[in-house]
Amino acid sequence: MNGSLLDAFVGIVRRDLRLALRQGADSIMVVAFFVIAATLFPFGVGPEPNLLARMSAGVVWVTALLAAMLSLDRLFQADYEDGSLELMVLAPPPLMLTVLAKVTAHWLTTGLPLIVAAPVLALLLNMDPSGFGVLVLGMLLGTPVLSLVGAVGAALVLGARRGGVLVSLLVLPLYIPVLIFGVGAVDAAVTNLAVKPHLMLLGALLLAALVLAPLAAAAAVRQAVE
Amino acid sequence: MSLFTGHDLICIRGERVVFTGLTFTVRAGDAVLVVGPNGCGKSSFLRLAAGLLRPAAGTLAWEEADVWADRESHHARVHYLGHHDAVKPVLTARENLMFWGRLGEQHGTPLHRRVDDALARVGLDHLADLPGRFLSAGQKRRLNLARLLVVPAPLWLLDEPTTALDRETVAEVEAMLAEHRRHGGMVMISTHTDLRLTDPGYLQVADFAPATPAADVLGLEAEDALI
Repeated sequence: MNGSLLDAFVGIVRRDLRLALRQGADSIMVVAFFVIAATLFPFGVGPEPNLLARMSAGVVWVTALLAAMLSLDRLFQADYEDGSLELMVLAPPPLMLTVLAKVTAHWLTTGLPLIVAAPVLALLLNMDPSGFGVLVLGMLLGTPVLSLVGAVGAALVLGARRGGVLVSLLVLPLYIPVLIFGVGAVDAAVTNLAVKPHLMLLGALLLAALVLAPLAAAAAVRQAVE
Repeated sequence: MSLFTGHDLICIRGERVVFTGLTFTVRAGDAVLVVGPNGCGKSSFLRLAAGLLRPAAGTLAWEEADVWADRESHHARVHYLGHHDAVKPVLTARENLMFWGRLGEQHGTPLHRRVDDALARVGLDHLADLPGRFLSAGQKRRLNLARLLVVPAPLWLLDEPTTALDRETVAEVEAMLAEHRRHGGMVMISTHTDLRLTDPGYLQVADFAPATPAADVLGLEAEDALI
């Protein structure tokens, strides 16, 4: 039984990755948004190096949150519209496992590219190089939380009109803890303070989301296909 | 001997009572035609039987065991075919089918063999490597029917399975249904086309339409219901 559950998990991840790769542009657009939104800040606040350096962690994290949020609609929406989602609800693997697999695929196609792009943006915004490693580490812990919490929001707005705007209202407030500790970790690294507490809190958020979010998202998906 | 029963089921969609007091029994090898005019609740009934929709009251039982007490076991024995075709446009016919097969229970024959057999059975073997977006409505329907063959399940719930199908495929569906029943499977079908089935049962959903307005069943005052 465990073997077949793992098999199902891998099967769903592979299918979603394959779908993301074949319909191509989605992942690239999320990263492009991330880069463009972050590069707007120097134009907006002026190219003063010290100012940018102080803002850099916050700018990178905020734009990462927004980019992650923009990609949430493709987590369940297409499967909901073409009837795949109700078949997944009816399939033998537990729905929580299905949701977790879909979230994993979502993170691999959005969170991971964001992490790769983040140091480049940090460089662009004149972040102190001592913060780069912590920024990436923080995002490794934080972006899966964005996908997990986002899945709850995305599942809740299935079938609603203007789901995109609604999902941002639901999800962005819940992203605040990730933002606080993600930025806090980088600031601590730059000012030579202890980084570990921030990263551990991000880890705690990840563990909590890993347990609770699939549960909530699965319940919301059930509600949506009823 | 498997037995699928519903007792005194009430279905409410939105604020409308679709049917009340619906009772049925299906035994191994039975085929039940779910009939009635448009909008009488045939689809709702099939979704309810699949465990997608929770009955507002009444019990749904498989061999006396309440379906809602252990929904996952029920899902493992049900094949539901609804209005949507669930065919991914960028995956080939075979990939679409392989995915659903992988989610199902494992058993002896390797999955790719079962998938190839099922594709051949519905006459899609020559299109197996064609992306879903190039399939016609009827071909998508056939791909969905192939899903029923890849993973065995005792209870088939088919909502208008013959929409968009040509006459030969309808005959093939009839053969599939007969074979499924010979092996002790059960089928509940809603359809508006004439399917040739041996000795089918009928479930007339319209017979269970509520006689009283929705508000009375819900125990509300009439004025409340108007608001």
